Amino acid sequence: MSDVAASVKKIVVEHLGVDEAKVVDSASFIDDLGADSLDTVELVMAFEEEFGVEIPDDAAEKILTVKDAISFIEESSK
Amino acid sequence: MFRLDGKSALVTGASGGIGNAIAKALHAQGAEVILSGTREEALQALAGELGERAHVVTANLGDAESIAALAKTAEEVADGGIDILINNAGVTRDGLMMRMKDEDWEAVMNVNLTSGFRLSRALMRGMMKRRWGRIVGISSIVGATGNPGQANYAASKAGMVGFTKSLAQEVANRGITANVVAPGFIKTAMTDALDDAQHEKLLAAVPAGRLGTPEDIAASVVYLASEEAAYVTGATIHVNGGMAML
Repeated sequence: MSDVAASVKKIVVEHLGVDEAKVVDSASFIDDLGADSLDTVELVMAFEEEFGVEIPDDAAEKILTVKDAISFIEESSK
Repeated sequence: MFRLDGKSALVTGASGGIGNAIAKALHAQGAEVILSGTREEALQALAGELGERAHVVTANLGDAESIAALAKTAEEVADGGIDILINNAGVTRDGLMMRMKDEDWEAVMNVNLTSGFRLSRALMRGMMKRRWGRIVGISSIVGATGNPGQANYAASKAGMVGFTKSLAQEVANRGITANVVAPGFIKTAMTDALDDAQHEKLLAAVPAGRLGTPEDIAASVVYLASEEAAYVTGATIHVNGGMAML
């Protein structure tokens, strides 16, 4: 697992209070991990803080799964 | 009841009569208070009077950058972050609407309404993380009833109610409440300037038979800021001596 992936998963576990085993690449924040719309905003803000990237609203809307988040952050920090 | 020990509160417009009373009341309940306003001398005097747990941060609430700086500084000064935000600052630029200039409209909207939105947005983040927060807006009876010569002011105060109700719904399950206190006629420098006839006419409209005091307003704010008011959100408390029962 890349550093980004590990950090993303750690943030998700902390923010949503879910079992680490559930935070797989394909997991959807809302459907699988029980996040509400405010949780997803908080997650995006936490990613921005952790990785020093800016995630615009239109990009944030497309970040639905753990993998989406990892890919976006890896892309934007290249 | 209603103790605020260990909590930090930011009060805007703390150099004014109502803001001053709110800051004192929150402080008396044990809160650390950050006093914001435009008149630094008055703020320093208040901080001196309060002694410990009082800090001054000046800001121009008409300016987005100044508000961002205020939020940042306030959170640093408060160490643990701001738990209680009192959006109290307000200005008037009265005039009949036919003659009202765009600048008068914009200036009032910026300070009275937009600054509350910006400050709340900036400080919500910490409240969300801590799963605890209190946001109280000081509106006005005029926001509910309207008042000739105050289209801008009344709109800004009514706007505060709509904004607070929306915010309250967004953050309710994060332990954050957002409420409004709407004062009626309050004894201030402005009402002191009225002559006897005007004063009498004013009082005729108030069943309680007296003007409100800044302390009457502060008491409601203390309640809404307290742990005990955790289940009260999106509400408007009218503190007007029965002048309008809404």
